[in-house]
Amino acid sequence: MNFDTIIRKTEKLSEGIYLIRLHSARIASKAVPGQFVNVRCSDGLNAYLRRPISICRVDRKNNTVDIVFMNRGKGTNLLCSFAQGDTLDAMGPLGNGFTLPKEKERIAVVGGGIGVFPLLYLLEESHCACKTAFLGFRTKEAIVLQDAFHRTAQKLVIATDDGSYGTNGLITAPFMAWLEAERPDRVYSCGPAPMMKIVARACVQKGIFCEVSMEQRMGCGIGACLVCACKVQDGDDYQYAHVCKDGPVFPAERLIF
Amino acid sequence: MNLSVNFAGLKLKNPVIAASGTFGFGREFSNFFDLNRLGGISVKGLTLEPRKGNPPPRIAETPGGILNSVGLQNPGVHAFIREEIPFLRQFDLPIIVNIAGNTPEDYCAMAEILSEADIDAIELNVSCPNVKKGCLLFGSTPEGVSEITAVVRKVCKKPLIVKLTPNVTDITQTAKAAEASGADCVSLINTLLGMAIDIEKRKPILANTMGGLSGPAVKPVAVRMVYQVSKEVKIPIIGMGGISNGEDAVEFLLAGASAVMVGTAGFVNPGVWVETAEGIEAYMKKHGFGKVSELTGALQE
Repeated sequence: MNFDTIIRKTEKLSEGIYLIRLHSARIASKAVPGQFVNVRCSDGLNAYLRRPISICRVDRKNNTVDIVFMNRGKGTNLLCSFAQGDTLDAMGPLGNGFTLPKEKERIAVVGGGIGVFPLLYLLEESHCACKTAFLGFRTKEAIVLQDAFHRTAQKLVIATDDGSYGTNGLITAPFMAWLEAERPDRVYSCGPAPMMKIVARACVQKGIFCEVSMEQRMGCGIGACLVCACKVQDGDDYQYAHVCKDGPVFPAERLIF
Repeated sequence: MNLSVNFAGLKLKNPVIAASGTFGFGREFSNFFDLNRLGGISVKGLTLEPRKGNPPPRIAETPGGILNSVGLQNPGVHAFIREEIPFLRQFDLPIIVNIAGNTPEDYCAMAEILSEADIDAIELNVSCPNVKKGCLLFGSTPEGVSEITAVVRKVCKKPLIVKLTPNVTDITQTAKAAEASGADCVSLINTLLGMAIDIEKRKPILANTMGGLSGPAVKPVAVRMVYQVSKEVKIPIIGMGGISNGEDAVEFLLAGASAVMVGTAGFVNPGVWVETAEGIEAYMKKHGFGKVSELTGALQE
């Protein structure tokens, strides 16, 4: 079974954040915002499992797919050593994507850290009346793809944890203030769980359509091994859904944070 | 070349079976390859009633393997019969149903129900390390294995496979107990109980603290156990533990297995089942074997 793609470009976006541009008609032709690819970082036994990485951008004309990841362990560290021209084994696209907005709708995305990448893809594929992006980063140096977000969104709000750029503190504060004044048709969120919890809860309370993209340690990436469990409502009870197959994008009201 | 194997009342077109717990009920991997290429499937472990499973994280990566603590999340035996058998019967594929329970009564109830269902064999899971009650408790002693095997045997009208745990001092004792109590076959090994720690957080990686180790790391232990068991029992053995290719599978066959199960390697390479069967065939051609059964126990000592 062959999932080979050719690496067209690699780029360090900021400290510890890397972009790989894959050439793959298979992935580019099928991918939708919110989906991921499951890549093999080594042929050997070190970093044995594949690593799920979200898709940040797709260029259908040139059959390229950008994936962005943070170097935060054995597998992603090996991925950093891949270079232009190398072959990368990437299964996918996998998982369920976001529900795209309709033409006249107004949407907001709320992203934190590496959670911003699938949201860029979503914004670029959303052809709707108004797009607002709320992005949170640790510090000014960690801000990535600001120009790309600026081009696709009518309004861009950035917050940094240390106040070195934009709003000082968590991105949920300016988002919540905005939500008091505005009533968007759809809100999408991806990033740290505490952030998504606040966004999801606020939207559910106000009856605003909201989808969030979850993360969990995965095994197979296709729904067979059942390890990437995520707690969801099941009537008055709960059950475990699986991030790779049932998600990674879930309706906010379904999740139990 | 003919890769078929015939043992314990099972007819497999090749000796490579998808291992329980790694393959769901086949739906997901059917998007990646033709399930008709499998020798058989052992489905995700079932219990009498649906189970939610353990909280996440349920997986930790370790050198050459993984720890899992899924905890038998499954829809229950009735939903399996209603919803999954019709799907699997679209394929020319023997269905082995892996069952687990808290009590001997649970196992018997499931064996009775499944004896009337359109399936090919029952695999008694007395070796899951990830649930609090039953299961591994029965599998850890020869007496426990005898008790469960004997009571299930009385009501089970299908070929009965007992899946053994490696978490014992001497696996030949539990294997012999299974044989003496009426098992048609033993399968081994289930996962090795293990643990991994996040030293930054000073916490276990798995929410359940401990989990079952599988993958290439366990292969030498598994081959050794198959070898030991083959010396002590006459019933056929299905070998498993860390198989990633045909060469690995041949090791198990030479050690005494009649067939193999492959699981964890499929997470990395969904082609592993087909490639393993092809690899066995290539080995047989190279070494002049006409039948897979000629490989079983053909170790030169």
